[in-house]
Amino acid sequence: MALNASRNDLASGALFVALGGYFALEGLKYDFGTPFRMGPGFMPVVLGGVLVALGVAVAATGIGKPDAEAAPAWPWRGIALVLGTILFFAATIRGLGFIPVVLIAGFATALSSSRNSLLAALVVSAGLCVLCLLIFKVGLGLQLPLFGPWLRF
Amino acid sequence: MDLISSLALGFSVALDPINILYCFIGVLLGTLVGVLPGIGPTATIAMLLPITFTLGPETSLIMLAGIYYGAQYGGSTTAILINLPGESSSAVTAIDGYQMARKGRAGAALATAAIGSFFAGTVATLLLAFFAPPLARAALNFGAPEYFSLIVLGLLVSIALAHGSILKALAMIVLGLLLGMVGQDIYTGTPRFTFGVRELFGGLNFVAVAVGVFGVAEILRNLENEKEREVGVKAVTNLWLTKDDIRRIVGPVLRGTALGSVLGVLPGGGHILSSFASYSAEKRLSKTPEEFGKGAIEGVAGPESANNAAAQTSFIPLMTLGIPAHPVMALMIGAFILQGITPGPNVINEEPALFWGIIASMWIGNLLLVILNLPLIGLWVKMLTIPYRVLFPAIVLFACIGTFSINQNIYDIYAIAFFGIVGYLLIRFGCEPAPLLLGFVLGPLLEEHLRRAMIISRGDPMIFVERPISATLLGMALLAVIVAVLPSIRKKRNEVFVEED
Repeated sequence: MALNASRNDLASGALFVALGGYFALEGLKYDFGTPFRMGPGFMPVVLGGVLVALGVAVAATGIGKPDAEAAPAWPWRGIALVLGTILFFAATIRGLGFIPVVLIAGFATALSSSRNSLLAALVVSAGLCVLCLLIFKVGLGLQLPLFGPWLRF
Repeated sequence: MDLISSLALGFSVALDPINILYCFIGVLLGTLVGVLPGIGPTATIAMLLPITFTLGPETSLIMLAGIYYGAQYGGSTTAILINLPGESSSAVTAIDGYQMARKGRAGAALATAAIGSFFAGTVATLLLAFFAPPLARAALNFGAPEYFSLIVLGLLVSIALAHGSILKALAMIVLGLLLGMVGQDIYTGTPRFTFGVRELFGGLNFVAVAVGVFGVAEILRNLENEKEREVGVKAVTNLWLTKDDIRRIVGPVLRGTALGSVLGVLPGGGHILSSFASYSAEKRLSKTPEEFGKGAIEGVAGPESANNAAAQTSFIPLMTLGIPAHPVMALMIGAFILQGITPGPNVINEEPALFWGIIASMWIGNLLLVILNLPLIGLWVKMLTIPYRVLFPAIVLFACIGTFSINQNIYDIYAIAFFGIVGYLLIRFGCEPAPLLLGFVLGPLLEEHLRRAMIISRGDPMIFVERPISATLLGMALLAVIVAVLPSIRKKRNEVFVEED
């Protein structure tokens, strides 16, 4: 590896600096208050600053110490399909209703494993749909239409 | 109320048919997820939190507790049968348990684990019943400064939970605290970090954060490198122990129970530590240490008793102080809050039926585990053949539907996706998710008590060191950090956790 530093430490440090920075800067918009009467901005600004400092420290400890093992491959297919499914679920659950959303979501997540064939994914999603119906609709009485308003004519 | 009448009240709650049923479901589910490598009790409890919302407080907490100790138990089955710890705390059991199984003594190993766990669970449950009430009474005198210091202590000792970099663990705690600030400010009502979205005014949903960080991130992690597992032992016969076996396990079970009970109270993964401690103690005390690693029954009996005892006593800090000892306990706090109960010293007085009911149910749950597991062992062996590629779509869907059903709020689902990817990145870069979750749960409490304490002291931070209890707690917190940083302990800690992977 050309880089003489731990990629993991640099990346996590950067992530901490970015998140801490966001909280601290956003926190500055709120009333800071005094130590006696702390405003809503006090804790976010202080903790955000601490997080930025910790992020820098984490990155600094990684310099000169490259990771011992090569990073595993990114599971792009899994990331795209699993996260995509969750977003799809959120966006359509009210509109499409329980059955279509669960079928499609189950199918898509099953496909995120390269070991599932199309047929296997179909079987998994159908089985899951029945299972979820039994658990959430019949068992727990979840209030959600089976087919949503988008599918009514 | 004295102990006997309290326990009687507890058993009357725990023996309610509905509660027995859910306790049974809890230990069954727990054993199931414990048996299956890849899904742990943390993710399961996170997923089931929304389901428990529809149940009464006693019933739901009894079930969740059952999942937790059921998983401890199921993990050892996997460890013995396929040399793969289903749970991190059963890593030690795999060393000698699997060797016993290879010699055709899987039945004896499983029976030893069951008997050891049951005995340890019974003793530790009694300890919980003895020591929780006085501790809770002491905690009732706590004011804002004491609570602040107590939370700081709880957060800092959780560093011991994380393996690897202490800096990263600290950063994860702080990130968790910050995430806990999302929503309306308690004193002024100012909305913070909500992007103007009304649904976020109440704060981030705890279940969504937990499911994202523990469930979804774990799935992505497993998708990096897919492989199938193999079941080495197809059938288990002869569960009975010989007279010689029984003679050999008495000592280890007793010592394991004692070690586990003490270490379990300590915040920070006491149950993992206790099984390692018990194993090395047994090896040192044994007249035939060369047998260890080659199928010594003592090497199964000691650690199994220790981790089960620790699993029970780790409820002590939760039930008396409202401070979680590890991530599963943080989820239990979430469960209390979902039910509208603030966990802490008041629970024992305000909800005696709940408090004693949970304690009594632990004993019943342990009994159910023994009854359930020995005859059903064939079923668990079959479960091990279910491939992961079928399991994880179910996890994703249950998580989405379950989280949605709590508040019917689609932003909670978006939060799962967000915390799934953030959690995955952080775990990939070598940060442990557990401290983040603790920080998230305790963040709002920390801020509230800090601000209240500062108002009491008129802005003088010395209040935290002038009050004796608060000063002691802060001193302990400082000690925890020093101990974690000390090179000798660091080395030891790394050794312990290296074997776990």
